[in-house]
Amino acid sequence: MSSTTLGMILFLAFVAATLAITFWASRQTKTAADYYAGGRSFSGVQNGLAIGGDYMSAASFLGIAGIIALSGYDGFLYSIGFLVAWLVALLLVAELMRNSGKFTMADVLAFRMSPRPVRTAAGVSTIVVSIFYLLAQMVGAGALVGLLLGITGEAGKAWTIVGVGALMIVYVVFGGMKGTTWVQIVKAVLLMGGAALVTLLVLGKYGFNLSALLGQAAATSGPPGNPGNFLIPGLKYGTEAQGLAGKIDLISLGLALVLGTAGLPHILIRFYTVPTAKDARKSVLWGIGIIGVFYLLTLVLGFGAAALVGKAKIAAGDAAGNTAAPMLAQQIGQDMFGPVGGTILLALIGAVAFATILAVVAGLTLASSSSFSHDLYAHVFKRGQASERQEVVVARVSAFVIGAVAIGLGILAQGQNVAFLVALAFAVAASGNLPAILYSLFWKRFNTAGAVSAIYGGLVSALLLVIFSPVVSGGPTALFKTADFVLFPLSNPGIVSIPLGFLCGWLGTILSKEYNAAKYAEIEVRSLTGVGAEKATPH
Amino acid sequence: MTTREHDASVYEQVQESTEFQTLKRHFRRWTFPMTVAFLAWYLLYVVLSGWARGFMGIKLLGEINVGLVLGLLQFVSTFLIAWAYSRHAEKKLDPIADKLRHEVEEKTQ
Repeated sequence: MSSTTLGMILFLAFVAATLAITFWASRQTKTAADYYAGGRSFSGVQNGLAIGGDYMSAASFLGIAGIIALSGYDGFLYSIGFLVAWLVALLLVAELMRNSGKFTMADVLAFRMSPRPVRTAAGVSTIVVSIFYLLAQMVGAGALVGLLLGITGEAGKAWTIVGVGALMIVYVVFGGMKGTTWVQIVKAVLLMGGAALVTLLVLGKYGFNLSALLGQAAATSGPPGNPGNFLIPGLKYGTEAQGLAGKIDLISLGLALVLGTAGLPHILIRFYTVPTAKDARKSVLWGIGIIGVFYLLTLVLGFGAAALVGKAKIAAGDAAGNTAAPMLAQQIGQDMFGPVGGTILLALIGAVAFATILAVVAGLTLASSSSFSHDLYAHVFKRGQASERQEVVVARVSAFVIGAVAIGLGILAQGQNVAFLVALAFAVAASGNLPAILYSLFWKRFNTAGAVSAIYGGLVSALLLVIFSPVVSGGPTALFKTADFVLFPLSNPGIVSIPLGFLCGWLGTILSKEYNAAKYAEIEVRSLTGVGAEKATPH
Repeated sequence: MTTREHDASVYEQVQESTEFQTLKRHFRRWTFPMTVAFLAWYLLYVVLSGWARGFMGIKLLGEINVGLVLGLLQFVSTFLIAWAYSRHAEKKLDPIADKLRHEVEEKTQ
């Protein structure tokens, strides 16, 4: 049996199991709280696993392993930023948000502001961030099929993306938050298991001697003439050739990674799926543990791929390195157990990677469709007059539409590194969402004008800087290779757009006289004590 | 159910109470400086990766260099801060928050 057939069988088994879960969840999803927040009935541990499932995306698994395999140490920077970012979520956001919100990020902002403008801004920003993130996952799916199914033509990749997109629509439309959360939990367990297995095999091959593995990685994949450089920073980001701009770009990337997580809509809505703020805290603690261990595994996977597969072969498979982890699985399986072992491990890791992408796109689609329905439809268009039933119907329809948009964009954007694309989504989230969230939780004087200008200021500046960056035009790796309209030298906008988001929020606030002391008292007391927090729905 | 105006006055009373002010102080005096600290420690690491590559490349044990060890220490510090926060929250924040919540819920019912 070829690895393609076996991979398909394993993947179809995952699809069958998750569809069964979705069907079961759809029968339990009756109210809006069920659809948006899984009835708030998940335990801290379950939600912690689901946080891991939502967060360990194609970017973490395929992207980081790929950057480490191609550029050594520089890929490690991503893992660290992605992990430390969780402390912002744990210390400043998770519990307070669980206490003061209901279904979406905008609930917290709209609490003491004029709801319509604030919800419009937050809804737009949620959908933009989620679509950026979705794009990255779809690119990962396209890169995988080439390797796993032997499909290399554009049409084949496009059909795969359509298939992935259709499945995710089914999960979200029918399963809602309950179904999506269980899909995340199953996926998190599979991904951790798969990554741990390959890591153990790789470490075992080197007698559990990390130094020997690193030495082999540098010797196989390091720059010719000076292989030792593979293990020190500067092969990819802020290379000496790029000069000062390159190094500032590195800081910009670092800022976006560490401040983005607490502004990601699909992560923020996870805090609503547990009964209390204490469970939200517990779920983040579990999430940090799972995600931290996972990134330690990807460190070994990346250097393992560099040592055993080699940079040249990986880059030939996918120029951005997105297929390094599955290629490593095949190589180590073959080294340890012969060709059959290689086939089985490739099929296993390939199926896990597909499951990963499928679960993350489902989480993203849920976040953006929830925001569309709850914020834009129910509160802006219908001025809060929509019934729960109407809201859930609209959420399902918009999940379908957003899924279709993601499929279309995913087909258009192939060939970028997945972790890199996700870093852009992080920059947009950190610029557009985080300033408004932190101000509304902690700044007494904050008001409607401040919230609206923080969101639009951060969002628009981040987007414009990306459009005029070397990512979009002016080079062989850009989205539009032949055009050149580069005005901004950095590939990540964070270092400019995140401070701009905070500055716009501050300016908008002090230029407007509006201030509601009673409402601030309410959100402060509620967020810290949990008074009046939404309760779990009994089933 | 009470009216929103009534709720708001209850919240303002709670906000002014010494107990709530203690809770707020325990929360902010722990999380704010800690946030500054871990962000500074993380940015130091990123800056070193950009400007002190010779230092990051110093080998400590076989092929394991300063950069890798500092990176792994970021993992260790993240785990430790998360654990320390949960202890702080359980000891200093939860008891006051629970007490205030029960009081307000009695008043507003």
